[in-house]
Amino acid sequence: MIGSLASPTIFGAPEITKALSDKSAITKAVGVTFAINHFGTSENDLKKVLATALEKGGDYADLFFEHTYQNNLGLQDGAVNRASSNIDYGMGVRVISGDQTGYAYVENLTLSEMLKAAHTAARIASGMGNKNPANLTEETITHNHYGVKTAWDDIAVNQKRPHLQKLNDQIFALDKRVHKVMAFMDDSTSHIFFCNSEGQMYYDYRPMISLAAVCIMQEGDKIENSFASRSFRMGGEFLTDEIIETIAKEAVDNTSLLFKAIKPKGGEMPVVMGAGGSGILLHEAIGHAFEADFNRKKTSIFSDKLHKKVCNEHINVVDDGTIHYNRGSVNIDDEGNEGQKTYLVKNGILESYMHDRISAKFYGVHPTGNGRRESFRQVPIPRMRATYMEAGNVTEEDIISTVKKGIYASHFTNGQVQIGAGDFTFFVKDGYLIEDGKLTQPIKDVNIIGNGPKALADITMVGNNYQMDNGTWTCGKDGQSCPVTCGMPSALVSKLTVGGES
Amino acid sequence: MISSENKKLTLWAMDFALKNGCQAARVTLYNSASNSFEIRDMKMDRLQQATENSLVIHLFVDGRFGSFSTNRLDKNELEKLIRNGIESTRFLAEDKARTLPDASLYYKGGQPDLKLFDKKIDTIQTDDKIALAKSVCNEMMGKDSRVISANSSYSDEMDSTYMIASNGFEGESSGSSFSISASISIKGDGDARPESYWYDSSLYYDTLIKEGIGKKALERVLRKLGQKKTNSGKSMMVVDNMNSSRLLSPVIDALYGSSIQQKNSFLLDKQDQKVFGEKMTLMDEPHLVETPGARYFDNEGVATKLMPVIEKGILKNYYINTYIANKMEIKQTISSPSVLTMDMSDNNMDALIASVDKGILVTGFNGGNCNSSTGDFSYGIEGFLIENGKQTQPVSEMNVTGNMITLWNNLIKVGNDPRSFSSWRIPSLLFDEVDFSGL
Repeated sequence: MIGSLASPTIFGAPEITKALSDKSAITKAVGVTFAINHFGTSENDLKKVLATALEKGGDYADLFFEHTYQNNLGLQDGAVNRASSNIDYGMGVRVISGDQTGYAYVENLTLSEMLKAAHTAARIASGMGNKNPANLTEETITHNHYGVKTAWDDIAVNQKRPHLQKLNDQIFALDKRVHKVMAFMDDSTSHIFFCNSEGQMYYDYRPMISLAAVCIMQEGDKIENSFASRSFRMGGEFLTDEIIETIAKEAVDNTSLLFKAIKPKGGEMPVVMGAGGSGILLHEAIGHAFEADFNRKKTSIFSDKLHKKVCNEHINVVDDGTIHYNRGSVNIDDEGNEGQKTYLVKNGILESYMHDRISAKFYGVHPTGNGRRESFRQVPIPRMRATYMEAGNVTEEDIISTVKKGIYASHFTNGQVQIGAGDFTFFVKDGYLIEDGKLTQPIKDVNIIGNGPKALADITMVGNNYQMDNGTWTCGKDGQSCPVTCGMPSALVSKLTVGGES
Repeated sequence: MISSENKKLTLWAMDFALKNGCQAARVTLYNSASNSFEIRDMKMDRLQQATENSLVIHLFVDGRFGSFSTNRLDKNELEKLIRNGIESTRFLAEDKARTLPDASLYYKGGQPDLKLFDKKIDTIQTDDKIALAKSVCNEMMGKDSRVISANSSYSDEMDSTYMIASNGFEGESSGSSFSISASISIKGDGDARPESYWYDSSLYYDTLIKEGIGKKALERVLRKLGQKKTNSGKSMMVVDNMNSSRLLSPVIDALYGSSIQQKNSFLLDKQDQKVFGEKMTLMDEPHLVETPGARYFDNEGVATKLMPVIEKGILKNYYINTYIANKMEIKQTISSPSVLTMDMSDNNMDALIASVDKGILVTGFNGGNCNSSTGDFSYGIEGFLIENGKQTQPVSEMNVTGNMITLWNNLIKVGNDPRSFSSWRIPSLLFDEVDFSGL
C-alpha cells in the first residue's frame, strides 16, 4: 500500500462560477432542515433507505449527501483567459457488517434510485435484517472551524479576475528575468448532509480556496520554474493584497534560487529540515503508517508500536482537524465524528493511531474524527488532516551549526511512502548544502529517501520555530484525494539518503 | 452505453448554448458503470457498484472560452449551468486563439471497429466475479507462514462517450475493461512488513489472465526479503516493464504544446533535432485494434493518425492542439498520445539482465520528481543488484538521479515485453551510466 502527498502547481479539475449554486440556499443554510430540502428528500425517505440498507443484517448504515460546486480561473500570457466550473451532486450508501463494507452511490436522488443503491450496499451482509435504524436527531456543529464572511457564490468572475491579474503583475515587477507566469484561483463550496442508522444527522458547509502561481524565469539560455501557493477553508475574505504579495514574492524567490543551485553529491548524510513544509517528513515517514486501517490489518511497520517509545522523549506529533480555516480541518468528519486534535506521539511515545469508525471499534477506542472521503463516490477511510510537530527549544542556527557536512531542505513538491516496508521519500525542490555548520551552496531537485521508524528515531534536535505550511497539499490513498496540511519546526535527522551525483 | 435520449439531451444542450449568446460550442456526454469486489484473507472486504453520467460543455463566447461540467443532467439544471457559464465567460479577457478545430481536421467516421468493447460484460454473474477474486486470494493464503495479509480484487467497467461540436462534428466511442489484482504483506526483518502486488487487465473478459496473479504477487514479495541499500555510484540500470513508463512520462509532458508555449519544457525548440540516443524510437499508433488507448478522434474530435514522435533519437512531433496551434501559429498534430509503441529488440528482460556485468534492476519507483524546465530528475527506487548477468541482492532505500536527455541518450537496449493492458506499450529497458545514491 502506498500513500502519497503532493503540492500541485496546476489545478487540473474543472470548476465553477458564480451563480451555479442556489445563492439563496446559502443564506438559509442553518442545518438539516435546509439540507433535507436542498437534496429534495425527507426524514421519512431517509429512514426507508437506511432500513433497506440494513435488510440483509448489516450492523450499521450511513448516507452521505454531497453537493459541491467548484470554480477555476486561470491566467496565462498576462491575461485571465480561462474559466471552468464543475457541479458534483449525489449520495453514497455504506453498510458495515463486522469489518466488511458494502457501498453504492447515486447521482439521481429519487427515492427509488436511493433504495436501489441501498439494496446493492446491503448485500455485504448475507443474513436477515432484524435491526431498525434509530430515529434521526439533528446534531448541530458546536465549533465551526471555517466560518465564511463572503460565500464564493457571491463573488463573480469579474470580481476575482483583478486579483489574479495583480498576482501576475507583481511577479513580473519583482524580477526582470520573469518570462512567463501561470496563475490559478480555485474555489469550492460543499454542502454535506449525513445521517446514519444510529440516528445521527448533521449538515456541514465546507468552503475552500486555493491560489497558486507558477513562475518561469530565463537567465541567458537557462530556464527554471518554481511555484508558490496558499489554500484555506475560507470565503472571499481570503483575497487580500497581503496574500497576493506573499505568493508573488515566494514564487520569484523560489525560482530565482534555482539558477544558483547545483545537484549535490548523493549518499547518506545528516539532513536539517527547515520549518514549515518539512512536515512532509511527518506525513510520509509516520503519518500514513499511523492510519489505523493499516494497523488493524497488521500491514503497517508501526503495527506493534502502540504505546511504545518511537523517538526522542521531547518530540510531540499532532494530527489536528480543529485549526481555524486550515485546509485539513473538519467540523465533523465524513462518518459523523467531531473533528479533534489528536496526539499521535506524546513525549516520544506512540499515543494514538488515526481512526475511522471501523478501526475505532476494532481497537475499542473513541473515533478520532479522521474518517474522510474524497466525495460521495467513495467510502470513508482514516486520513490525515493537519499533521505537525510541536516546537522544541533550540534555534535553527544552533541546529545547523552542529552539522559538518549535510543538506538543509527548505522547499518540497511531493512525497510517497511504502507503509509496510516503511521506506518513504520526499522531493526537495530547493535547499542548501551545509558545510562546517553553515549554509553554503544552494541545491535543487533531489529526492531524499529514508525508513520511517528509523528516521523518526534519528530526529535528534527540534527547533523553536514551528510553522504550518498552508500550501495546496493533497494527500493520495486508495485512489482518493484529500486536502491536508503539514507543519514542523526546523529539525535535524542524523542520517537520510540524498539523491545526487556520484 | 449512449442512449438516444443521451444524444437528444446533448444536442439540446448545444442548441440552447447557441441560442443564448454562444457562437460555437462542443458538448460531450460521458457515462460509465462499474463493479468491484475486494477480498481480504478470503473474506469479502468491500463491494462497490456505481453508474455515472456527466456532461461537459465548452463555450466559445465573443472570442472567449469557458468549460462547464455537471453530473446533474436534467434540463433545468443544464439551463442554469449554460446561462451562468456564458455570463462568466463574458467576464474573461478575449483570447482569439480559443476556437473549435477546423472542421476539415475532424474524424468523419467510416473506419472499422477498434474492438474496445466486450458485450459479454453484462452477462458475467456476480457470484462468478466474487469466486474469481477469491481464487486469486487463495493462491496466497496459507502458502507461506510469513503471510500477514492477502488481498485480491475483481473489477470491471464500461464507459461511453458521445461528443458533438457546432461546426459539424459527431463522434461516439465505448470501451470495457476487466481487472484482477493481488496484494500481499508478509513479516520481514524486524518490524518491516514488505508488500508487493501483481495484476492483469484486459478489454475482454476471456483474455483476462485469471490464474497465477496471486502466486506471482507472493513470489514478488518473497524476493524482497533482505532488501538493503548498496554503495553509491554509476552503473547500468535495467527497468522492468511495470515501471519503464515512469521514465517516459516526463518526456511526454515536455512534448505537450502547452509546455512548449509556456517555455516550460526541456524539449523546447528541439523539433527535427537529435536529442536522444539511436535506440529511442517512439511511435503513436492510435488505430491498433483491441488495444487500450486506441481511438479515431481526440478530445477535440480531431482525427488521429499514425505519428512518429521520436525516430532514432530525433524529435519528430510535439502534441499540438487547436489552441496552441492558433496561438503559436504552428501546425496542429493531436492533443495527446493515444497508443505509444517503441522499436523493440528480440530480447526479453532476462536477456537484458544477462548482458549486464554490474548494475541494478529497478522493479519499483518510490516518489521523486522531474524538473520540467531542465529535465533533471531524482526518484526513489527498489529492485535487485545485477552481478555477472544475474539478479542477486534485493535493494531498497536508494535514489536514482540524473537528467532526462542524458538518460535517454544512454539507452542501450530495448526489451520486447510491454504489458498488453497499457496504452503506453513500453518494454523493459537498459540504460548505461546511471547515478545511484545509497550508502
